Amino acid sequence: MKEKLKSLWQTLFGDSVRAFGVVSLVFLFSLAIAPAKNHFSEWRHYQHGYVKMIRNRSDAVTLQRHFEGGIQQIWLPDLAVVDRCTSCHVGLKEASLGDVATQPYRPHPAIPHKIDQFGCTMCHRGQGAATTAAEAHSSTLAWEQPILPAKYIESSCGECHRGTVPGTPQLSQGRHLLSRYGCVRCHAVKLPDGKIMKATDDPPSLSHIADKTTREWIYAWLKDPQAYAATATMPNFKLSDDDARDISAFLLANSTPLPADTAVLSAKASPDPAAGASLYGESFCSSCHAVQNAAGNLVGGDVGPELTRVGNKVKLEWLQAWLRNPRNYDEETAMPHYRLNDPQVATLSAFLLAKTDSDLLANVHLEAATPDQIAHGKRLVSDYGCASCHEISGIKKPENFAPELSRIGSKPVTQLVFLPGMQHTLPDYIATKIKQPRSFGQGLKMPQYAFTPAQIDSLATALLALNDRAATLPPSLTVAAKPESDYRPAGKAGKLMHDLACFSCHRINGHGGDMAPDLTWEGSSVQRQWLVEFLKNPNTLRPALIRRMPRFNLTDGEINELTDYMMTVYQNPAIDRDSMPLGGYPQGQIELGKQLFYGKYACQGCHIVDTKTDKGYIGPTLTQVGSRLTAAWIFGWMKNPQALRPGSTEPNRAMSDEDARALTAFLMSQKSRGKTEVAKR
Amino acid sequence: MIRSFLTIGTLFTAVLATSCSHKTAATPLPAPTAFGAAIVESSGGKQIAQAGTALPQPLVVQVNDEQGTAVAAALVEFSAAPGVAFDPSYGLTDSSGQFTTNVTLGGMAGRYKLTASTTDKSRKKVALTIEEIALSYQQTLGRQLNDQYCERCHNPESTVERVSNFDNLEIKPHPFTEGDTLNKFTDVDLSAIISHGGPALNKSALMPAWGNTLSKSDLQALISYIRAVSDPPNRNAGPVFAKN
Repeated sequence: MKEKLKSLWQTLFGDSVRAFGVVSLVFLFSLAIAPAKNHFSEWRHYQHGYVKMIRNRSDAVTLQRHFEGGIQQIWLPDLAVVDRCTSCHVGLKEASLGDVATQPYRPHPAIPHKIDQFGCTMCHRGQGAATTAAEAHSSTLAWEQPILPAKYIESSCGECHRGTVPGTPQLSQGRHLLSRYGCVRCHAVKLPDGKIMKATDDPPSLSHIADKTTREWIYAWLKDPQAYAATATMPNFKLSDDDARDISAFLLANSTPLPADTAVLSAKASPDPAAGASLYGESFCSSCHAVQNAAGNLVGGDVGPELTRVGNKVKLEWLQAWLRNPRNYDEETAMPHYRLNDPQVATLSAFLLAKTDSDLLANVHLEAATPDQIAHGKRLVSDYGCASCHEISGIKKPENFAPELSRIGSKPVTQLVFLPGMQHTLPDYIATKIKQPRSFGQGLKMPQYAFTPAQIDSLATALLALNDRAATLPPSLTVAAKPESDYRPAGKAGKLMHDLACFSCHRINGHGGDMAPDLTWEGSSVQRQWLVEFLKNPNTLRPALIRRMPRFNLTDGEINELTDYMMTVYQNPAIDRDSMPLGGYPQGQIELGKQLFYGKYACQGCHIVDTKTDKGYIGPTLTQVGSRLTAAWIFGWMKNPQALRPGSTEPNRAMSDEDARALTAFLMSQKSRGKTEVAKR
Repeated sequence: MIRSFLTIGTLFTAVLATSCSHKTAATPLPAPTAFGAAIVESSGGKQIAQAGTALPQPLVVQVNDEQGTAVAAALVEFSAAPGVAFDPSYGLTDSSGQFTTNVTLGGMAGRYKLTASTTDKSRKKVALTIEEIALSYQQTLGRQLNDQYCERCHNPESTVERVSNFDNLEIKPHPFTEGDTLNKFTDVDLSAIISHGGPALNKSALMPAWGNTLSKSDLQALISYIRAVSDPPNRNAGPVFAKN
């Protein structure tokens, strides 16, 4: 062995010339490493592949002209972007490569931002300066930031765009859910613009809960809220039987009665078995409340709680008091104060109480609570932070009950605890934490929500947008959210509108719901007499809608109050009533309008003027529009509907004044029979 | 010389590649106790979602035997192009012979061909291909415009929330899925009929002009959506992603 080594040494370094030759060769090889690495680099491989791919395409010449070899870089000092992604993603700007399915050659889909102005990592994250796929996409070496999975890409939009952007439904839904499911009641979220995110759910006060329901129902509800109503907002706290027993004991013992809730109604329910259902229908309860039908599908709105099993929940006296005037129990409820008379209340409450599910409380048997159980229940109520959402007398709303989420999108991966088998990334952590919060350890309090996979993804998207970069962006680079409107009408009418919960469905000056028409310009739009009649007996304008305005049984005084207020205050300055002729329209103009209606503009596609021939179901019925709308409003609407009601489905036809006037004349001639002349002034 | 460099290089990359590739231990599939002869879709095919997001409805497939009766406890496996996630990706059919999975489409817009397979008695694979559509940003915008302005007339299906106007129209509009008809229109044609109304192409005036309501980019978005959902697919519908 030794001999062999010696002879090898002799052969290589025996004399100085040999040694020089060998050492030179070794140097030459080591010098060649760097160019070799460059030669075999990944990006070069992809660029070769690209050139090969485009060679056989019909647009090869154009593509070849656009192609530039070598390392490509987008450098944007203002945004701290140094992105070399285009070195491998060569065809990013070539829209004609739309049919190519293999990466990295896909063109970028059309978006409102230019790649040259924003770079890649602004949206996709990852390491822009890297020149290998592994380093650019994954978090290797000391890099923290891996590429953002495509399903969360909208979170990047949310860093700069603080308000709603039309193209990012997932981000918008996530933000909505954070408020709607009360996440922000326990987790404080300070938005990048400094505002505190507010909850939009409406958890009831539990201070008088004994008036409303039984201990058995509370127990069953605590054990599994979704068993009572699949749509319940309240999450499942996975309480043990004993804990649910003790919390229900405490809540009942802690409840104080309200005088109105115990009054017994002397009126009897109508003997007609169909009366309850028809009153429920007439009152359009289903506009806000859903009920499961025989097929198991929910039918109805989601403004109020689901009523499928409401008979298992509420007590008769409470329900009657609630139906008479819900504001006695909850001043801020979204439920309108229907002016129902006593027999109606009796009929409706009997109908609702019959909605039961015999299985729900069948296995709940609770013995009288002991003081120990009540005390333990109180401790649990504090421990689980029930008062973060619910008002409970004697329990203070906890501060900072759960970790703040204002910068959750920048939480370092090293600070996270992962479950076995999980990918070690922040998006996966957030999504899994929402999906199965209790699996992350013993004694965790976060409850189990019944979110769908899509909802979880959108929540994670919204949370990932709350990161360091979003919080530190200079205002010049952000798009501010539209300020929220806190409009409240004043005076007596304002009080009445609050009592009737008009804003649960209607929007005025940017405040309120979107179920019913925006009333911001209602005073310019409709005739006074029509509004009076409508409030007395709201008949539907849109035959295809199942959600309709209910009748509130208002007194004449109340109707006058509301009408006067709306006619005076909700006026659009652009609608000039005096510009319209007072004495009616010449027959020729009406005829021309009719021709335009049925011919040039084909309005009958969406509207009905003559119930015999027209079938359009999209816009409101126009059979009596001349007694409903003002001429000035119709004229303005013909000229530009979106100027009066942004987002209206009615197309803007850019009509000439002449056409608009003729159509106004025709529509104004469609009067209701009988009360024609009462209308104006 | 160059040849030896190349060999060294290839060797080096090969060593790197083998050392870096993670070998994930394959979890054993559950053992089926029954075998079917066919696999069919119950619901959840032809759904539309934004690229990279979960489909709105779960995908449900059913395993049947030769007589067409449902088979319980048969093995179902899902596979698709990289980027598509199934939750869960395999399992046994339930008592009604069905298997349900939640699908998240890949991050690129286009058509995704998903494969659902089961094994028959002779342990041969029986497969079913289901197609889903992933929308790009622009197509998603187009879809929103469709929901707001077009769908009430162009979609003959009614829902509880949205009654279709299709049956009320004397001349029926084309549903956007009607590829046979709509694929014959060029983008310029579609743009003209949307902005100037039906008469622009000698069609019904019941199709109003939207040119003053929709912006130019709205029009492009809407057309890209119409192309994406057409059946049979349009040339511009985007690529097809299937398992290699």
